[in-house]
Amino acid sequence: MTALSSPPPTRLSVADLRGSSARRRRETTVRLAFLAAASLSILISVLIILSLVGEAWNFVSQVDPALLVERGWFPRRDLYGIPAIMAGTFLVAGIGMLVATPLGLGAAIWLSEYASPRARRAIKPVLEVLAGIPSVVLGYFALQVISPTVVDTACPGATDPFNMAAAGIGVGILITPLVASVAEDAMYAVPRSLREASYGLGARKRTTSLRIVFPAAISGIVAALILGLSRGIGETMVVSIAAGATGGSLFSIDPCAPGQTMTAAMTALATGSDQVRGASLAFPSLFFVGLLLFVFTLVLNLVADRFVRRFRVRY
Amino acid sequence: MAATPRNQAITAAEAVRRSLEGAGRTDWRSIGFQAVLVLLLVLTLGVLAWLLVVVFVNGTPVLLERGTDFLTSPLASQPERAGVGQAISGSLMLMAFVAIISFPLGIGAAVYLEEYAPDTRFTRLVNTVVRNLAGVPSIVYGLLGLAVFVVALGDVVGPGPASGRSLMAGGLTMAILVLPIVIITSAEALRAVPGAIREAAFGVGATRWEVVRSHVLPYAAPGIFTGTILSMARAFGETAPLILVGAVIGGFNVRYDSILEQLQGRYTALPTTVYDWARKPAAFEGNVYAAIVVLIVVLLLVNALAIFLRNRFERRW
Amino acid sequence: MVTVTPTIDEQVRDKGPTIRLVTTGHHLDESEGIAPAAVADGAPMTFAEDEVVFRLESVSCFYGSFRAVRDVSLEVPRNKITALIGPSGSGKSTLLRSFNRMNDLIETARLDGRILYHGVDIYADGVDPVEVRRRIGMVFQKPNPFPKSIYDNVAFGPRVAGFKGNMDELVERSLTRAALWDEVKDKLRAPGTTLSGGQQQRLCIARAIAVEPDVILMDEPASALDPLATLRIEELMHELKENYTILIVTHNMQQAARASDFTAFLSMGEDRAGYLVEMAPTDRLFTSPQHRLTEDYITGRFG
Repeated sequence: MTALSSPPPTRLSVADLRGSSARRRRETTVRLAFLAAASLSILISVLIILSLVGEAWNFVSQVDPALLVERGWFPRRDLYGIPAIMAGTFLVAGIGMLVATPLGLGAAIWLSEYASPRARRAIKPVLEVLAGIPSVVLGYFALQVISPTVVDTACPGATDPFNMAAAGIGVGILITPLVASVAEDAMYAVPRSLREASYGLGARKRTTSLRIVFPAAISGIVAALILGLSRGIGETMVVSIAAGATGGSLFSIDPCAPGQTMTAAMTALATGSDQVRGASLAFPSLFFVGLLLFVFTLVLNLVADRFVRRFRVRY
Repeated sequence: MAATPRNQAITAAEAVRRSLEGAGRTDWRSIGFQAVLVLLLVLTLGVLAWLLVVVFVNGTPVLLERGTDFLTSPLASQPERAGVGQAISGSLMLMAFVAIISFPLGIGAAVYLEEYAPDTRFTRLVNTVVRNLAGVPSIVYGLLGLAVFVVALGDVVGPGPASGRSLMAGGLTMAILVLPIVIITSAEALRAVPGAIREAAFGVGATRWEVVRSHVLPYAAPGIFTGTILSMARAFGETAPLILVGAVIGGFNVRYDSILEQLQGRYTALPTTVYDWARKPAAFEGNVYAAIVVLIVVLLLVNALAIFLRNRFERRW
Repeated sequence: MVTVTPTIDEQVRDKGPTIRLVTTGHHLDESEGIAPAAVADGAPMTFAEDEVVFRLESVSCFYGSFRAVRDVSLEVPRNKITALIGPSGSGKSTLLRSFNRMNDLIETARLDGRILYHGVDIYADGVDPVEVRRRIGMVFQKPNPFPKSIYDNVAFGPRVAGFKGNMDELVERSLTRAALWDEVKDKLRAPGTTLSGGQQQRLCIARAIAVEPDVILMDEPASALDPLATLRIEELMHELKENYTILIVTHNMQQAARASDFTAFLSMGEDRAGYLVEMAPTDRLFTSPQHRLTEDYITGRFG
């Protein structure tokens, strides 16, 4: 625009204010480029759903329904007892939540209500380090260290180095930082004025934390737990290493025995042999299980999202 | 609760004196509660410490003993000869894929969502979709990679003996895995830019892209940078998707003549090597720990780098 | 001294330099049973032994090494409304919060001197601040009801204190005393946050009353409210003083003049610490202040 170099016009017309068309073109191009990038995320979701559903349908339409509720999951023998691996998933996730709920919420309450600013600055990064440990590492630790400890203390007489309890505890350790961080955010966001009102009435810190702050932050805390559960359900490497049962598993909820989760079943299928594509319905079954997993975690995440939105809006 | 008679000041004073001074009972419930909290925290941190101790105590001797040989040797069936050379180069190439593909796309998508997008149903949909994609278990991305890159695009991505299970397939899969995280962290960094800066820039007659390029992006750069580095660290440690798209478990010994061949050929990565060795007999134990040490050291370095760079850039503003 | 009870409209309209003509709506004389000692020039105001609720002896409040309040000595009489006024930075809120040991919640806060409550030094070793706060209640500047029902808001304090009697009755009594019962009696289960600003503040007053304190501290209780809600709070204070001793911080001089029996004027010294300039029965402070500083403040020449 020549606005700076020429004297102000005595009469202005629309044409004067139109601006440079080159500049406009560039703006539009840039805008479209960014829009394309954003649309990619939708494309990816669609692809995920399509690829899962496609092969899963392949499986469902060809499989003998009786095989689906067989008590065992042995895909290479054409036994597709889904309940067996679902039980495994929920067992491990359940144990994981038993570990992560007290550890995570305890850390969250302490960090939010009791820790001095210096302590907070020191401890929070440490929790982030814990969060950054790859699941393979935790899986090996579960196998080498946690499992023998479990066998010694809680499962005497177990013959296998693999057991679901060790895997569950490993998963619990993995998701603790996630639970702690979301729950702590929720509690920290509770306004100071509520705490002051409580102290002003003669309540102690313990009472204020448990009866005012915790309930006020409850939506965020519930979201933290649901997110933890979702993560625990989707966790793969810890169970693949520590829970054993790579050939298949029977329906069982014995924590002292080896077992398989949905995710471990998927890795077993992929690594068992190089001919995943060939073997009967084993390949499509992989996608069927994947679809189930996707649906579970999606539902959980949507629910957690609702809760998070509720706690963010209030303040 | 002591009833305090209001209009007889003398007895009120007496009652007050008695109750205030007699309140010396130790509050066991509060002490107990705080003790429980601290115990839980110590437990959490203790497990972390235990893990690190076990890993380093078992892994460092092997590294010291074998030195660079361990870092450069390929996979092998005897533990004394097996090393993480192929794994490291595989992981590095995967990271390159991730950086080249997902960073521009992710940051671009974030810029659109934060700077350009009007508040329409489409925008809200994209936001929800991205958030949910970030929560999808990583193994599902492996399935996606398997179906799309290995099977459907197998001949393009990994022709010949690899039959689709190539490094390119792995790289593309990881890039897609990381994309939602990059979008979310970049969007957060952009959101943190004060509105006043944008207003000032618009006020002097800049176009939206000029505002973004000259003011918003520079201001948000440290945050975006940190986010991308951290998401790369996350990708570095991912195993499950790579297993599904066919990273080698077992061992391979191929010589590649060109980069293209390497991209289209079999490969392995550090975390998948750890997984592989973890399932081998006890003789490999030392190797596993040593590989884990390498993995953890790399991750710690990357995290430290991210924090250092963020501090360094932040000071300029 | 003119004893006129202005209508509400007149009270709202009267502002500014005409403050000397605004009266408090009642006047103080010996018939009320309080016989303040004659105020000699510069001598602190004292009361009869059995009328004193608080006695402050050279109280200084520190945040770390910064002194926010310097050497305040005063007495607070029972069943009266005492106002603390002064410009920003004069330490009024800090001083108020030291009465119920709320400053303890700030890590670097420290107190020198003594605060005697019914003769007991509330900062002495062995005194539990929690007990102190059950007897000395507080209402804050911005209404802060808990995200619970109206009933649970009022019931929280007594429950925590271990109250075993008839809670419904206690809740009703507290809400009635706070002039809120009629408006909420049909919706006790509704969340406290659904009330209007003025109602929320009365809910907070009811909540404070429910633990049966004998003192209520108010930190600018009406500053976040509109003029009509403000006046209702002031009327409420007038009713409350029958059963409670009220100490209120306000930056609104007209409010102090309207509503309080005694007023203490604090100002900020050169060391940025607040100090007590003078304290007197309200109408005397506003009509014939002893200190030039006080006169300047109340006529609006500064602050």
